[in-house]
This record gives sequence, C-alpha cells and structure tokens, in this order.
Amino acid sequence: MNYNWNWGVLFEEQYLSWLISGFGWTISVALSAWCIAIVIGSLVGVGKTVPNKIVRGICATYVEIFRNVPLLVQMFIWYFAVPEMLPEDWGHWMKRDLPNPEFVTAVVALGLYTASRIAEQVRAGIETVPPGLSAAATAHGLSTAQTYRYVLLPISFRIIVPPLTSEFLTVFKNSSLALTIGLLELTAQSQQIAEYTFQGFEAFTAATVIYVCIALVATILMQVLEKYTRIPGYVGKEA
Amino acid sequence: MTDFDFNVIWSSLPFLWQGLQLSLLLTFLSIIGGIVLGTLLALARLSGIGPLAIVAATYVNLIRSVPLILVIFWFYFLVPLALGRPIGGFYSALIAFVLFEAAYYSEIMRAGIQSVKRGQVHAGQSTGLSYWQIQRYVVLPQAFRNMVPILVTQGIILFQDTSLVFVVSLRDFMTASSIVARTEGRLVEMYLFAALVYFVICFSGSMLVRSLKSRMAT
Repeated sequence: MNYNWNWGVLFEEQYLSWLISGFGWTISVALSAWCIAIVIGSLVGVGKTVPNKIVRGICATYVEIFRNVPLLVQMFIWYFAVPEMLPEDWGHWMKRDLPNPEFVTAVVALGLYTASRIAEQVRAGIETVPPGLSAAATAHGLSTAQTYRYVLLPISFRIIVPPLTSEFLTVFKNSSLALTIGLLELTAQSQQIAEYTFQGFEAFTAATVIYVCIALVATILMQVLEKYTRIPGYVGKEA
Repeated sequence: MTDFDFNVIWSSLPFLWQGLQLSLLLTFLSIIGGIVLGTLLALARLSGIGPLAIVAATYVNLIRSVPLILVIFWFYFLVPLALGRPIGGFYSALIAFVLFEAAYYSEIMRAGIQSVKRGQVHAGQSTGLSYWQIQRYVVLPQAFRNMVPILVTQGIILFQDTSLVFVVSLRDFMTASSIVARTEGRLVEMYLFAALVYFVICFSGSMLVRSLKSRMAT
C-alpha cells in the first residue's frame, strides 16, 4: 500500500474552510428537517389513532408512501419533478426565484421523510398508554380533543423520548443525501477534498470524526432530555 | 404535467430491468453477508471476553454514527488502494454494504440472542454441549426465529439503501432511471416510475412482515 500521508492538508486554509462550511450545512439541514419532522410527524401519528376513519386512512397512507420510497428518490422528486408538475408560474418560481433551492428542497424532503418515521413512534407511544386512562377521561366527561390534550399526549410524548433518540441521530446521517442534489454538506466536502488533494484517507477520516462527534453530542443531549422527561415508575430505562 | 409520456418508460424497461437486477443482487448478497458478520459481531459482544466485546462494540457504534454515503466513499477509495488494483464498483459497493449493514444486523441479533431464556443455555450446558454447540444448536436458531420480522424489515431498508450507489454511478435501478431521465429529458415520468417500483416492492415486503408477525403472535 503506497500512500503519502499528509494530515496537514486538513488544516490548509481552503480545505479547513470547506470542512467547516460542510459541517454548518449538515447541522442546518438536519435541525431544520427535524423541526418539520416533529411537527408533521406528531400530527400524522396522532391522526393514525383518532376515531375518525378518513383521517386515519389519510395518515396511514402518508406513512406508507413516505416510508416505502427511498429517500434518494423522494429527494429527486422534490428537486427535479415537482417544479415540472406544478402550474407553470409556481414551477418557474421554484426553479428561478426560490432562494437556496438545494437547501430548501433537502430540508423539505428529509423533513417529510423523517416525519413518517416519527409518526410511527408517536402512534406506538399513544397505543402504549393503558386504555383505562382514556376510559377514565371519557367518564370524567372530557371530549376526544381534551383526552388527547390532557391525558394521551402528555404521557405518550414522554414515553417516546428514548426511541426518538435514534431518529434524531438518523436525521444527521440522512442529511448527507442532500449532496445528491448538489448541496455541499460535510460528506460532499470531504469527497471534494479527496478529489482535489488525493488525500482521501485524511479527508474521510475528518468527516468520520465529525460525524462521530455529532452523534455523541446528540446522544448526550437526548439522554439529558430523557432524564427530565422520564415518568417515574412508568417505563424503566431498560424497557 | 400536460404530457405524461408512458412510452419513455415502456421503451426503457429492458435497461431498467438490468438495473433492478443489480439492485436485487446487491441487496441479497448484502443481507447474507450482513447477517453472517452481524451475528459474529453480536456473539463477540456477548462473549464475555473483554477486549473482543470492546472491539465489536466500538465497530458497531462507529459504523452506526456515520452516514452510508460516507462509508461508500470510504470503500471506493480504500478497497483499490488496499488491494493495489481496481476490482470494479460492484465489489467495492458490496464490501461497503456488508460492513455497514453488519453493524445494524448485529444489534438485531444481539437483541435476538438476549431474548433466548437463560434456562436454554443452562440446559445445553448440563447436556454437555460445548459453547459453540450451544450457540449453533440452541441459541442462534431461536434468536433467529424470534427476529425474523425485524430482519426482513432491515432487509427492506437495505433494499432502499442500495439506491445510494447512485453517488458512485454504479448502474443499479436508481442510477438507470436517472440516466434515462436525463438523456430523454423525462424527469417527471422516470422519477415517479422509480418511486412506484420501489414502493410496490417495499410495501409488499412490509405486508410480508405484518403477516409474519401475526403468525408468530398466535
């Protein structure tokens, strides 16, 4: 194996700034998509448990579609196909006037995809709440909306914090798919450094180390959250 | 959206089918390799041998915190360098997928092995079976059986993941669809068709998982 080691390349000004900017994009895509995913995922997850059959059907369809199509295909559809399918004016706007189209598209695609996974967690969380609690709520004269607001959601959101940790880590990893539509996030930047300098080993190591650090920090944050949201005597850490 | 062209899909079907075959082959081989290596990793983690368990755990946690695309880039760069000669994109991709998915399969198998009751192991020991015999004839068959639905689910995820070989232009179904989309200028048709094909395959897979689960529950 002939290889010229040169770790210094990572600290040359140009390449270091590429890594930093890649890191910045990875974080922004992942966190923005996470916000979309939490909001839509919660709505869809709740929708899958409501008594109304039509709402349930729509939400179940959403989850099946977004879960069973690869994220890469979804990303391409949002980026290449959707502007063509919209009325002409909107399509033109998406192609020409939308600020930073790669970023916006990546966030929307990743957010809606992650939402389908979060929805499943939310639904599972609601279903683990013992039926006696909602029966008790009904007996007290609470409406369905009130039952969700005061009984089901407060409990289930606290139950699903541990499984959400792995989704939170996944969103950072999946943000790397934004490179397929031309967003120069961390993985893309390391690949670009490898191409420019032929120092693939150093470039990919740098990206790997940064991803591991992101995962560590994310895990620690979620563990802190887990500690504060755990319901005493309800679900053990091992469960 | 005024003129949806079915002909472009129809005429490119043979080309797309070749791509799909590559995707399926890559999925199949990676599942086999991933389960074998993943089981070994899980056994190493549960072996009680300190250093071995630490190495396996580090490997699994390292792989699980990096994106698959980065792993693919790694192996496209590393494999030819390590072997001193290029071996073609397919094998580099296959190695990357096996090593990547093994980390996920090992977590599944670990849960599976832990789901086997301790009494089974003790019974094996008292009948005079060796460690490997206990794993081979008592623990693993049950662990495997308990985990079949999750293993299949991971297989579906793996099939979706194979679309990522697009980043190194390996001609799988996704890359083939994208080539047709660009050369024919039919982005809408081709990407929607690709989505439909992936959906049908993965949805059938998740139906299978559902029926497996309900069969196991009874």
